[in-house]
Parts: sequence; structure tokens; C-alpha cells
Amino acid sequence: MSATKEIKFSDESLALAEKLMKRYPEGKHKSAIIPILHIAQAEFDGWLSPQVMNYVASILKIQPIEVYEVASFYSMFNLKPVGKCLIEVCRTSSCWLLGAEDVISHIEKKLNIKVGETTADGMFSLKGVECLGSCGTAPMMQVGADYYENLTLDKVDNLIHRFKSEGKRKSYTDQAESKSV
Amino acid sequence: MGKKILLKNDHIPGIQSYDVYRQHGGYASVEKALKTMTPEVIVEEVKKSGLRGRGGAGFPTGLKWSFLAKPEGVARYLVCNADESEPGTFKDRYLMERIPHLLIEGMIASSFALGAKTSYIYIRGEYFYVARILEQAIEEAYAKGWLGKNILGSGFDFDLHVHVGAGAYICGEETALLESLEGKRGNPRIKPPFPAIAGLYACPTIVNNVETIAAVVPIINDGGDAYAQIGIGKSTGTKLISASGHINKPGVYEIEMGITVEDFIYSDEYCGGIKGGRKLKAVVAGGSSVPILPAELILKTAAGEPRLMSYESLADGGFATGTMLGSGGFIVMDESTSIVKNLWNFSRFYHHESCGQCSPCREGTGWMEKILHRILEGHGKMSDVDLLWDIQGKIEGKTICPLGDAAAWPVASAIRHFRKEFEDYVQKPSSIKDVKHYYRLHEAGTAS
Ligand SMILES: Cc1cc2nc3c(=O)[nH]c(=O)nc-3n(C[C@H](O)[C@H](O)[C@H](O)COP(=O)(O)O)c2cc1C
Ligand code: SF4
Ligand code: FES
Repeated sequence: MSATKEIKFSDESLALAEKLMKRYPEGKHKSAIIPILHIAQAEFDGWLSPQVMNYVASILKIQPIEVYEVASFYSMFNLKPVGKCLIEVCRTSSCWLLGAEDVISHIEKKLNIKVGETTADGMFSLKGVECLGSCGTAPMMQVGADYYENLTLDKVDNLIHRFKSEGKRKSYTDQAESKSV
Repeated sequence: MGKKILLKNDHIPGIQSYDVYRQHGGYASVEKALKTMTPEVIVEEVKKSGLRGRGGAGFPTGLKWSFLAKPEGVARYLVCNADESEPGTFKDRYLMERIPHLLIEGMIASSFALGAKTSYIYIRGEYFYVARILEQAIEEAYAKGWLGKNILGSGFDFDLHVHVGAGAYICGEETALLESLEGKRGNPRIKPPFPAIAGLYACPTIVNNVETIAAVVPIINDGGDAYAQIGIGKSTGTKLISASGHINKPGVYEIEMGITVEDFIYSDEYCGGIKGGRKLKAVVAGGSSVPILPAELILKTAAGEPRLMSYESLADGGFATGTMLGSGGFIVMDESTSIVKNLWNFSRFYHHESCGQCSPCREGTGWMEKILHRILEGHGKMSDVDLLWDIQGKIEGKTICPLGDAAAWPVASAIRHFRKEFEDYVQKPSSIKDVKHYYRLHEAGTAS
């Protein structure tokens, strides 16, 4: 993350934002705020800084407070920096019944961080999330666009190893790779 | 084999794509609707079908459609609720991922029936990859002339868009969903006015679940009467059940309503019995919000009748001995499960997801979570069980939206049916650490 980076969408993202705003009736383009915040989060290092939110407000021609209000309501928006790979482990009902706690404590040990923290190298953050609609393939976790299901501790190890060697930032807006491991 | 309508083609390779979908009869309902039916006739067919909303509340769809206000010169909207966040529910994702065109077909036919010229599919943000699948399918449908201007020369213009959310269970509640779709925080609205009068952008709006809209396709194709022949009593048609937990074969099953719960849990066609041959302890039959039932009451009603997979049978006995079909999120718990800890897990969920507008829900869900946590930590008092009971009773029915009820019912039912387990935790705190709480991952091994 460089502090000097100018807050401005790439041409491609800007075109996409314009296209999204046209999906709503005349004067109702504020509806596009969530989809555009997703693009912004993906483009600006995985989180929404006040500067980024102000920029989104300027695109939507609304007050910055309207963007802060929305961004702070939804759990997928990060208002603080996160690691390149945000590992989101489902901790609800069926996943819990089938060992989500084991998955979480295993990752905590392996990465030497607690839920809510980021590794020193900025590669991983860990989060516990609520049911992701994948309960039949519990336990599961989401990283970027991808669902990783029917987890075992070995699978988790392999994934972490792979993410680390790839070193790439993962975003919800990525093209999903294969869902299976 | 049970009757399949929605998923009858889901095994066909390539059914995700337009060409294969079309070869297998896809979009016939749009042809039939636009060429041979009027909107009023379609609404009548949906009424005749007896279809009830599949999002959780089970409200008759045709009746709901008939409430839609139709003032001159005012736009109307159909919004598909693909927020699917009720713990234990994953059927909409399955349907959209496997057969995206079925939802799109249903949206076109239903929007025609309602006079909506633009409609939205509001899908939870975590399902981003599913949103992409839908968008691709929508592009195909535009290219083939099923969307856009003057569809099939009928004069019907229709645009369909996907809208992604960003993580908030409450946005599944229809008025919160509309707020969110308008670009705001997902705070439920005070009703009335109901969306059918003033919904999206204050225009008349119908919000329906993914599965509800998909079911409109066979209803148009085969007629409402044919649909009503399937199922049992007022539970017509088929239902997608998301089965998870301690069972041998978790997954999404389309069932004809009226099969027995016992058959659903134990037969090889469905759940295939309890993992490791263990004993069944409890079931949450319709997503985390509905009352939990112990094995004996989920398999048989209080009157000793076999319990059936239908709205009425699951509700038989009221909340004293029954539950609800809800979203069809069927969570099975074996004898190793700690009901207290499971309840804490649910309570944490509702506390986390409360939008915070009403104090009974905002504060009460937090208190329940804390008290349960205290009991699990071995610091519970006997009076805590009564306190929990008291708090849940003070939330139920006293909030703007039903999330308050959804948070209260699991607590009430767990205490009602498993009080002794709570008391044991309070009286013998040392025993808590010996309780397994859940199926440990290393024990699960690779057993399927
Ligand atoms: C807290 C809460 C969450 C809900 N979540 C969903 C959901 O994820 N999907 C859904 O279809 N309905 C959900 N509902 C029900 C909707 O409010 C609404 O009744 C439904 O979308 C209507 O569609 P239907 O008549 O086709 O079932 C939820 C309701 C509440 C109170
Ligand atoms: S019941 Fe809970 S979720 Fe619903 S409006 Fe009130 S505070 Fe919000
Ligand atoms: S409980 Fe984990 S995905 Fe539903």
C-alpha cells in the first residue's frame, strides 16, 4: 500500500461503475453504491479508507456521509486494512456442528494470529463469519470469490501454503477459480 | 424416486448454458405466457396452484400478487430475494448455480404477470460467483431475445438486473432488502405500508424468494391445477430442502411435500441416516429461526402421528410440540451435540445480525448471548434459565421486523425441550468440559 497512490478508478472500473449506475431508474443511481463499493474495495488494497469512500461519493454525486453509513453497515466491507488473503471461516450452526471451531483454532495456530488479526507480513487476516449458504458442505471458508468446502485440517494447510506461494491479493470480485480444492 | 419439478434437469450436463436449457424445454413458460395468457390469467393460475412463498413465511403467492397496487403511470417492480442468509439454508444458491436460466425464466414470466418492466435479483454479496453465473445467463437471454424490447413481438419490454449485497442477514427481510437496494443501510421499514403498495422507490413492489419464482415456471407450463395435485393439503408442490449437520448425505433435495420426516432423515434417497450410526438428538427443520425439536417430536407429533415434511404437519402442536417448515433449512444434530452451546451459537448469530433499530432486539439478543456464554463458562445460576425465558418472551412480537421473533424462538424451544441440559450445566460446571459440544474434525476423518 503506498500512501501516495492516487485514489482514482482504472478506466475499466470507472466504465463498470457508470454501467452499474444505469441499471437503476433516473435519479436513483445511489442504488449502485454497494456494487461500486465492492469494486473500490477490490481496487484499493482490500479496504475502504475514508479517501476511497469520499471518492465513491464523488462518483455517485452524493455526500460522503451517505457512503460511510452504508459501508459501516455491511460485514463484507473492511474499514481497516486487511491482509492480501482474508480467510473467512463460517462459524455458524452446521459448520460449527461439523468442526468450524477446530478449523479456526488450527488457522490461528498455524498463522500465529487470532481471529480479527493480520499476519506481520500482511499476507493473511482471519475472520469468523456467519452462515455463507454452504452448510451442506460444512465446514467451509471463503477467500475472495471462492468457497472452500468440506474442509479438513489438511485441506486448510494446503490452501494456506498455496495462497502464500501465489502471494496474490484475493477479492470478492475476482473470477472464482474452481470451488473445490 | 420422488417427484422432481424444479430440479428435474439439474443432472443434465451443460444445463447451465442457454442452449442446453432451451433444448430441454427452457423458456416455454415465457412463450406460453406472452403468446397465450394475460397477466390476470397467470395470477389466477398461481392462485390455483396453492404455491406458498418459499422464503420462510409460506404466504400464498397468488394472494400476495393480487395485493399489488396498480396506479396508472407508476412503475411496478418484482424483486427476487436471493439473499439466502438463514443459517442452514443453501437451496437458492444450488438452484441459481445449477440452473440459472430457470430463475431468469421465472422472473420474466412473473414480471409479465405483475406488469413490472424492470426487475432485480438481490443476491447476497458472498455469492459473488453466483451473481456472475446469473449475469452471464442474463446476457445470453438478452442475446436470444427473451429480455429487452418487445419480447417475442408481444409488446412487453423487460429488463432484468442482478444486484449484489454485502453481508447482512437482515437484508433478507423484504423491507430491509428494499432499503439496501435503494443504496442505504439495511434497516427494516415499519409496515404498513407494505411493499405491494409502496416498495422499491416507493413504487408497488413484490418481493419473492428464488424458489418461489422458479416454481412459477412449471405452474405456467402445466397449469395451477396440476401443481396443486402435487404435495399434500395446503402444502402443494415440491419443496427444496437444504439438509445439513450430522447426516450421511447432506445436500439439496427436492421433495414432494407430505413424505415423512423419518423417511427424509433415514432413507438412502435423502439424508441417508445419521453419521456414524449415532442416535438422533434434535432437528432444526426450517432454518435457525424455527423452534428446535427433540428426536421424538420431530419424528412423531405429540398425538403420535408420523410427522410429515409439510407446512401443516411440521407446525402441528403449535410451538408447544411443533415447529415450522420455514426456509427448509434442515439441520440435524446427533447425540453428541450440546444443545446449550448450539443455542449460544445461534444467539451470537442473532446478536451479530440485529440491525439495532429496536431495543428489545438489539439489547435482548446481546443479553441472551451473554447469559448463555456465562452458563457455558461454568458461571451460570439456576435463575439464568428463567431469565433467558423471560428475555425471549419480551422480544417476541415486540419488534419492527420478525428478526426479533427469530432470535426468541430458538431460545424458547431449547429451554422448553431441553431444560435439564441447561440445569445440568449450571449445577455441574465441571461436567461442561467433558461435553463434546460438537463433532470434532479430526474424528470426522474422511468418512463421508
Ligand atoms: C430476518 C429475516 C431474514 C429473511 N431472510 C430471507 C432470505 O434470505 N431469503 C428469502 O427469500 N426470504 C427471507 N426472509 C423473508 C422475506 O422477508 C420475505 O418474506 C420473502 O422474501 C417473501 O418471499 P416469498 O413469499 O416468495 O417467500 C427473511 C425474513 C426475515 C424476517
Ligand atoms: S427486530 Fe431487530 S433486526 Fe428487526 S428492525 Fe428491530 S432491531 Fe432491527
Ligand atoms: S452454517 Fe456454515 S455455511 Fe451455513
